[in-house]
Amino acid sequence: MRDSRPNRTLLQIGAIALALLFTTFVLLAAKAPPLAAYLNLGLGALGSWEVISNVLVSWVPLLLVTSGLLLTFTVGLWNIGIEGQITVGAIFSTWAFRLLLGSGMAPGLVILAAFLAGMLGGALWAMLAGALKTFGGVNEIFGGLGLNFVATALNLWLIFGPWKRPGVASMSGTVPFDPSLWLPTLNPQSRLSPIAVGIAVAAILVVYGMLRGTYFGLRLKAVGKNPRAAFLLGIPTWQYMMASFALCGLFAGLAGAVQVASVYHRLIPSISSGYGYMGLMVAMLVNYKAAIAAPVALFFAALNVGSIQLPIVLQLDSSLAGVLQGTLVLVVLLAQGARTRMLKKEGL
Amino acid sequence: MRNFARIITLLLAVALCGAAFAQGAAPKATGSSLTIGLLMVGPYNDHGYSQAHFDGAQYAVKNVKGASLIYLDKVNPADRPGTTASQLAESLVAKGAKLVIFSSDDMSDEAVKFAKAHPDLFVIMASGDQVWKEGKIALNLPNMVNVMGRMEYGKMIAGVAAALTTQTGKIGYLGPLINDETRRLASSVYLGAKYAWVNYLKKDPSKLEFKVTWIGFWFNIPGVTSDPTQVADDFFNSGYDVVVSGIDTTEALTEATKLTGQGKKVFAIPYDYADAIKEGAGAALGVPYFNWGPAYANVFKSAMTGSWKSHFEWNGPDWKNINNPDTSAVGFNKGAALSKDASAGIDKFVAELAKGLRLWKGPLNLQDGSAYLKDGQAATDQQVWYLPQLLQGMQGQSVSK
Repeated sequence: MRDSRPNRTLLQIGAIALALLFTTFVLLAAKAPPLAAYLNLGLGALGSWEVISNVLVSWVPLLLVTSGLLLTFTVGLWNIGIEGQITVGAIFSTWAFRLLLGSGMAPGLVILAAFLAGMLGGALWAMLAGALKTFGGVNEIFGGLGLNFVATALNLWLIFGPWKRPGVASMSGTVPFDPSLWLPTLNPQSRLSPIAVGIAVAAILVVYGMLRGTYFGLRLKAVGKNPRAAFLLGIPTWQYMMASFALCGLFAGLAGAVQVASVYHRLIPSISSGYGYMGLMVAMLVNYKAAIAAPVALFFAALNVGSIQLPIVLQLDSSLAGVLQGTLVLVVLLAQGARTRMLKKEGL
Repeated sequence: MRNFARIITLLLAVALCGAAFAQGAAPKATGSSLTIGLLMVGPYNDHGYSQAHFDGAQYAVKNVKGASLIYLDKVNPADRPGTTASQLAESLVAKGAKLVIFSSDDMSDEAVKFAKAHPDLFVIMASGDQVWKEGKIALNLPNMVNVMGRMEYGKMIAGVAAALTTQTGKIGYLGPLINDETRRLASSVYLGAKYAWVNYLKKDPSKLEFKVTWIGFWFNIPGVTSDPTQVADDFFNSGYDVVVSGIDTTEALTEATKLTGQGKKVFAIPYDYADAIKEGAGAALGVPYFNWGPAYANVFKSAMTGSWKSHFEWNGPDWKNINNPDTSAVGFNKGAALSKDASAGIDKFVAELAKGLRLWKGPLNLQDGSAYLKDGQAATDQQVWYLPQLLQGMQGQSVSK
């Protein structure tokens, strides 16, 4: 078997077909009509301008998170702590909003400050995981998981403690910001902010460029492929790992800021919305290649939004989207593994 | 002069129009048919808070001719990334819903956002106080109604069941997070327990221990909240033989059932859903539950006939039969582990409540000793709803620190 591009594409198409087949079996086992399910899923994601814009709203943070994760994966790190980095980004950005709320500063500047604060928060939290790994010898997976819990606890404490709304502290989150501080949308009815979309597109382009055309990216790759060799060749390995953590956290924090400034307009208990874990899936699915991250993230976002129709129309559990996403990742990883083995066997 | 009068009249007319506009009008009546869209925070079959709403809405559409139900469960960003409740409400509207029920506190901001953006649609914000004229928020949203059950009574009955059962005189309360609602519910259990302890058992009130442990959320989040199983276990292992649950899940009952199997005499009282006691019959004293059906049916009817008016309703039990599915907003299902004596005590207590017994009445102090109600003073609805602290005599945190 030759490792050519058509072969690889064929493999990926095969994997998608397999994942669909599996999901269809799940549907049949649940006595649900597969065709109607897929049709509603599709209509739910593409059926109107409104749902398309909802898909894009969900695409923005997912793409931001995926962009960051491409950097940590490139350097060989599993940044599971990404959820916490989104959360802390959201907390920092809410903090900035609260500080500047009555300051008389122009709304645009307040929003900008909130975004910068979010990036800072995410980066700091990520560097904490990085420091735990570098100086404490804590594997980033465990360190990151631990920090995720801490971030969630911190978030809940703020919402029900110091930042609680007047009256009844609510699951609904902190007091919503004044509409003048919401990231502007296309029109009052829309939830989609062109600025947010622009930020996400810029993020993936930056990461793509960084990995493809800079020494920094090249060195990240070198560290990821073989840290020992990279170190011997004079690349300061831990600094590069730390930098990739910081950058990834920055993107995650930005995603948190988008959630606060553009989607919920307040801090809510589950502000990270699971985008971190979903971003990990997308990054694995695209085999850490920035070029196809955007469309795959879009596909995942479409599945999320489209699947809402399943319980409404067919009384089906909408975790079907999760089943499809998960199977897809598994099958593609399996296919990649099989391919690597076959190539090895043939001595290529 | 005549001109002057004309101008005044004109100004008045303009002002009146303005007032009417600001007040806004309720949405147009839907006539003989109405599709209701229900949003639930958890799974529709969670044997807890969400299922109580699901069953209630189903009851209502069965009893209101022309009404039909569509629904979406797991409405929260953790289960549905990137979605907001108002967006999900719109997807129900796209399928024909003209009235949307936001059934959980989680969704209150989104419900307000949705109600403002869609003045032509009806909105029920259950469990909230957004349009309560005498409340702290008091929004002017002509298309919104707040519905809530007076769970305080259910919790008082739970307190009576606990006091009449405990052998150690120690009752534990497994609390969720700390806010006005959870404080008033925990305090209601305490008031019921104290009443039965003093008046039925003739025991010294200082010998009744009542401790609240908050886990930090409505359900267990590993690593974030205290583990409710662990908290229940700690209660049972330190002499608390009855644990009343204020959280959405049934760990206290599960744990009590397990320990009962090992020969320990411990009991639990779950929350929210009428059939929750079925999950641990051997240790369940009973369950205070919500019955949303009758209130929903009335509000649905008002949207169809045109008698809709924005309001807040806080519905109590039907004292003739607190478990009447057609009339009672709050009930108490007795569990298999409840003794005959305790059961009789509950009946007596309910009869007294029906006759006008009020436990939210002075003299009552707050936990820090400051006066809450003077001798003989009955609490207003606002004083109960916005309870600022736990009551004196209760152990546990009053505010999150």
